[in-house]
Amino acid sequence: MNGGLGDLWTLAWTFGLLSLFAIGGAASAIPEMHRIAVDLHHWMTDAQFADAFAISQLSPGPNILIVTLIGYQVAGVAGGVVATAAMCGPAAVMAYNVSRFLHRSSRSKWPAILQAALVPLSIGLMTASALVLAQAADRTWLAVVLTLASAILTLATRLNPLWLLLAGGCLGFAGVV
Amino acid sequence: MPPDSQPAAVPIDATTPAAPPELLELFRGFAKILLSGFGGVLVVARRAIVEKYRWMTADEFNETYALCHFLPGPNICNLSVVFGARIRGIPGSFAAFTGLVGPPVIIVSALAMIYARYGEIPALQRTLAGVSCAAVGLVMGVAGRMIWPLVKRREPVALGFLVAIFAAIGLLRWPLVPVLLTAIPLSIAVTWATRRNAVS
Repeated sequence: MNGGLGDLWTLAWTFGLLSLFAIGGAASAIPEMHRIAVDLHHWMTDAQFADAFAISQLSPGPNILIVTLIGYQVAGVAGGVVATAAMCGPAAVMAYNVSRFLHRSSRSKWPAILQAALVPLSIGLMTASALVLAQAADRTWLAVVLTLASAILTLATRLNPLWLLLAGGCLGFAGVV
Repeated sequence: MPPDSQPAAVPIDATTPAAPPELLELFRGFAKILLSGFGGVLVVARRAIVEKYRWMTADEFNETYALCHFLPGPNICNLSVVFGARIRGIPGSFAAFTGLVGPPVIIVSALAMIYARYGEIPALQRTLAGVSCAAVGLVMGVAGRMIWPLVKRREPVALGFLVAIFAAIGLLRWPLVPVLLTAIPLSIAVTWATRRNAVS
């Protein structure tokens, strides 16, 4: 991990490819990010991955910021910028072109079919994300309880997520989990 | 360009969008959306674009968002690019996108430096561990919310695909690209066939 051009190139094509397969957004791509960063390249440990996820959730902004943190871990600030640009760029170019195309032929039934076909896949990816993250983050049974409590509160209430994160942080600081 | 001109300062009907914003305004608008939105950027984005700045009508926003939601990539980034392009062409997309992503990348890079330096301190480690436990719960909760409509409408095909993807990616940890290159065409074909049968 010396932040050379080779590392930047690896980040660029890894996240550039992932960009086009992140259906449903960044949360869907978490399992693949974990597979690449922890299992394949050993850029970070399970615990560091969970920490990166926590920091990205605590930061204001889109939840792709975990990509910035992975990039940073590999090649410093330049790595963070390259990884983030790669994660957004190809998908953005595609979105731009598709939107122009659909603007011209707005009566097509294909958007509805594509949406119906892709939504279950993206939810499946999201549940996989939850599992992968839980395995990385929940190392004690109290941690599992905290995760489940946060899941139930998210499902049952319209509480601002930031409160849940802060509560988790306080419990962590106090040494409960 | 005027540094602080507010579009739609005059009260007008919310269904008519205001005049297209300048590039700097696009950047600032998205930067503000971003910095005020923890976790739920989309809600803030909608409020700002439709209600506050009136750059788009509610229908235009919904249509653009629906498009960005089923396309791959980070939804809100796609939204900023598509939206910026509709209003000011390609420079517009760059302005909106850098406004959305630039400031948070700077913030999170600063946090990364702090983490690299002090990440070993036990109190910080414990705190972050607590935050990640809660954050994982958030992902579970959001996923649960999204599954519920499929269960309620009893869509066995959709649920089947959902479970298959969960098993392949979550349990078996297969690589994403080959899994999706198989699942996407299959899902499109099945959806298309069932819709055609439903019509005829």
